Amino acid sequence: MSTAAAPAAPHPLSPHLAHLVAVRPEAPGIATYTLELADPGLRARYAFAPGQFNMLFLPGIGECAISLSSDAAEPGRLAHTVRAVGSVTRAIARLRPGDAIGVRGPYGSAWPVDRLRGRDLIVVAGGIGLAPLRPVIYHLVRHRQAYGRVQLLIGARVPADLLYVAEYDAWRASDIEVVETVDRADDAWTGRVGVVPVLFYQLRPDPKRTAVLTCGPEIMMRFVIYEALARRIPKEAIFLSLERNMKCAVAVCGRCQYGPIFLCKDGPVLSYDRVEPFFSVEEY
Amino acid sequence: MSSTPPVGTHAAIPKPALEHVLAALQDAGYTLVGPTVADGAIVYGEIAGTADLPVGWTAEHEAGRYRLRPGVPGRVFGFAVGPHAAKRYLYPSAATLFRTRRTAEGFDVLPDADPVPRYALVGLRACDLAAIAIQDRVFLDGPAPDPHYRARREAAFLLAVNCLEPGGTCFCASTRTGPRCTSGFDLALTELDDVFLVEVGSEVGARILAAAEWRPAGAFELTRARRALAEAEGRMGRTMDTRDLPDLLYENLDHPRWEEVAARCLSCANCTMVCPTCFCTDVVDTSDLAGRETTRVRVWDSCFNHEFSYVFGGHLRPNIRARYRQWLTHKLAAWIDQFGVLGCVGCGRCITWCPAGIDLTEELAAIRGGRTP
Repeated sequence: MSTAAAPAAPHPLSPHLAHLVAVRPEAPGIATYTLELADPGLRARYAFAPGQFNMLFLPGIGECAISLSSDAAEPGRLAHTVRAVGSVTRAIARLRPGDAIGVRGPYGSAWPVDRLRGRDLIVVAGGIGLAPLRPVIYHLVRHRQAYGRVQLLIGARVPADLLYVAEYDAWRASDIEVVETVDRADDAWTGRVGVVPVLFYQLRPDPKRTAVLTCGPEIMMRFVIYEALARRIPKEAIFLSLERNMKCAVAVCGRCQYGPIFLCKDGPVLSYDRVEPFFSVEEY
Repeated sequence: MSSTPPVGTHAAIPKPALEHVLAALQDAGYTLVGPTVADGAIVYGEIAGTADLPVGWTAEHEAGRYRLRPGVPGRVFGFAVGPHAAKRYLYPSAATLFRTRRTAEGFDVLPDADPVPRYALVGLRACDLAAIAIQDRVFLDGPAPDPHYRARREAAFLLAVNCLEPGGTCFCASTRTGPRCTSGFDLALTELDDVFLVEVGSEVGARILAAAEWRPAGAFELTRARRALAEAEGRMGRTMDTRDLPDLLYENLDHPRWEEVAARCLSCANCTMVCPTCFCTDVVDTSDLAGRETTRVRVWDSCFNHEFSYVFGGHLRPNIRARYRQWLTHKLAAWIDQFGVLGCVGCGRCITWCPAGIDLTEELAAIRGGRTP
């Protein structure tokens, strides 16, 4: 068969070699894996914005999309908070510091932290949904004067599932109002009990200056949005991060489509006005 | 005449001279791929010359039905498109993305070194060219243009054919993608009784045609071709009203018709496999027994497959209703937002090759018709 020259450059879906430098258990089945790109040039050039994600790859096993959960101001070390639930994430859970892993990214849209300067923020996280929001918190801590009132509402099913608990005091010290709640308490729990949207009942946000940033199970975000809209916060000021199956992260595998939206390219962070037509459609 | 015909003009060649065109393509280093009779259908396959083309054959197309039939004796392209499309050659069903090899540091990523075939795709119809133009947008205009597609695409020679015998499931006149080939070809043939008219679409096409005994097309021949195409346009087996898309579908995501079609749909994915524009993929990782070398292969997938929408916590589209709706609303609505063009080229393959005979033109009409089917 006659042939033309094969492309010599690596395929854009090829991963870059990285190494695991630290593992920090966060909750049952959940840990934060800090990675460093092996190539010093790549490491120096790598930059991400809060809310973006990487594709993490293990040879012979596969690849999955994981949000960056570290400080975007320190892009040399890339933290990913991962729940071991599938073949790739379970294999990641077996890695030890020094082990190799493939990384490509960052991909996707970011929380619009720059556009929201001067505003009051209500950040609402459910379960591991706090992971893609942690870079926002770090950003707010670094630029606290640039924002108005900041309230962080965190929900988890049980107290042991709360992520990053050791950091809450530091966030509070930066004038971020952190409120936690759990669906089911245990004997040691003295805090609030109930689902996250209920925390909204106590809030009296000024709808003209407030934006909501939320990530968590879709059912939770549905009620968060309901509560926010009930307080006259405009759809355009409500931002959510959605999750769908992804194989490519560059809008060609077709799997993460959400109506006209490719969640890998146009998302995962979107304002509610763009999501609304599809958000209440069953099995969409 | 041995000189080179100018791009944009119409030449005429005696019908037997098609053999010389194909030979010139082979001499230029192309692998010929064209329609050929195999497995009871007209499919695309590697061909050696005109003897392998379905001369004198035609086919009947209806919803869920395809029958090969003897056609007009001596007619070379007297049939509508079969189950195969160009994507099979430009974006094959399995393609290695890269390989890895274990090292002391972890692993090296080795680019895929598979050679790129140079295909001359013979007999593509206007709908096929439209589908290629759509896949160009998908694979080359996105955030990470696909080098494999680009290499195959740039290496390919497109020898198109104007469709004079639309099939029973064709509706390219409705999607405005045919039956005449208007762009994107190197050469485009129109088969008249005694000659092929050849429109020259590129310099490469002109050089290939120079190998045949061409002459400028006569005014009478051009008129005959134009009439035959106009007549073909009026003989489409199906029509589709494309007005108000995408809004019509976005506004009807809860239409009862989705439930009704789901009762007939087998979710077999045939429609997505034969569709010339469907592009969704999965990836498969393999490794040697020691795990030293691994391969990552991209394979065609379908929104009708159960695993397609899986995320931790469950399948997002467990019911066929949601999967059929995803497919049709992507093809006829979201595609326009995503790529600026309808995702359907009116080829009718999904209708013909649906084992349940589901007809998207009928489904769309039912949704357009009102909220009660």
